[in-house]
Amino acid sequence: MTADTLLKAEGIHKSFGSTPALSGASLSITAGELVAVMGPSGSGKSTLLHCLAGILRPEQGSIDYQGLELTTSADSRLSALRRSDFGFLFQFGQLVPELSCLENVALPLRLNGMRRRPAEERAAEWLERTDVADLAAKRPGEISGGQGQRVGVARALVTQPKVVFADEPTGALDSLNGERVMRLLAGAARDSGTAVVLVTHESRVAAYADREVVVRDGRTRDLTAAI
Amino acid sequence: MEGGVGPGGYTCHVYMPCIVTVMSLGHTLLGLLEDHPSHGYDIKRVYDERFGHDRPLHYGQVYATLSRLLKNGLVEVDAVEAGDGPERKRYSITEAGVTDVGAWLARPESPEPYLQSTLYTKVVLALLTGRAAADILDTQRGEHLRLMRELTRRKLDGDLADQLVCDHALFHLEADLRWLELTSARLDELAVAVRR
Repeated sequence: MTADTLLKAEGIHKSFGSTPALSGASLSITAGELVAVMGPSGSGKSTLLHCLAGILRPEQGSIDYQGLELTTSADSRLSALRRSDFGFLFQFGQLVPELSCLENVALPLRLNGMRRRPAEERAAEWLERTDVADLAAKRPGEISGGQGQRVGVARALVTQPKVVFADEPTGALDSLNGERVMRLLAGAARDSGTAVVLVTHESRVAAYADREVVVRDGRTRDLTAAI
Repeated sequence: MEGGVGPGGYTCHVYMPCIVTVMSLGHTLLGLLEDHPSHGYDIKRVYDERFGHDRPLHYGQVYATLSRLLKNGLVEVDAVEAGDGPERKRYSITEAGVTDVGAWLARPESPEPYLQSTLYTKVVLALLTGRAAADILDTQRGEHLRLMRELTRRKLDGDLADQLVCDHALFHLEADLRWLELTSARLDELAVAVRR
């Protein structure tokens, strides 16, 4: 593991019942790097992302995050890590419908114990950075999918995480809105020095990444290294 | 599929021959000879069946290419058979020829329009010669994505005109990549088909 490696997974095996999803997948990410994980439907790319984020526990293999072995860490430790060091962005935003956009963005800070006012002040700054400051008081049901994803980008980055895990963040958007979200995500992550693991089946989206890894039949291959 | 231009536009049989000449005939013949030694006549017949569609090779093209390959030491005459007509030479690939065709198959093509014909040929030849066709497709995917990253960076730094020009290229490259992915998913099926 090199000095600037942030997260390193090796030989990951994960099955669901008798169906193998990952069969020896490996991936390492350095600080501030944007890596696209591509592959056909059902290839195991989302499962890999969930294992890397400590959401799923693999049956075999190791996942080292800055000296912490995620595969054997207690659930409580993993939950704390996800709140402090990781950010998440999903295909459909997954914003909490009862909360305003501002409250949604402030939520990860509040869960980390920050008081309401400073949390909302920082959330407002991030809404400004992602160009949706005017939506602060609106609820997710009152905004479009593209706007919702921009709020999602703000929520993923508001805690200044070391890694953002993005699972098909543009999958439900048209080309123009997908483009806006990727510009924001890639730009903001680079400015903050945040690494991004980006699961996508769209090559135009993957082209925002520094390199691409393809998952096929539960195994990984670094396409950048293949040239 | 019917050839010619119909009310629906160009069919595969018109499209393929228009672009097939851009690929390397020499390497294609070498690949066919690696599969098994052949006479010029048989090489032409197999080429026409697999890649020629309704634009078959001329005998002159075949023999001129074989002559060049012979001169360059990439093929050799391993038998001369007397028949009713002129003597028939049977050509086989040399070690240098195997190395040459291997290097051609492994080298990614510059991403450009109408690339599928060359890539299709490479994939079929890889399957015929027992090489890893999936690796050829992955290498090409990597090369396409490298160019897409470059265009994306240019787009992010450019003005709206740059963005539109880069987007046009990106959408075309994306279409190529979708073809590469689909072909990748169909490799087992294709391997059976080319061996029939």
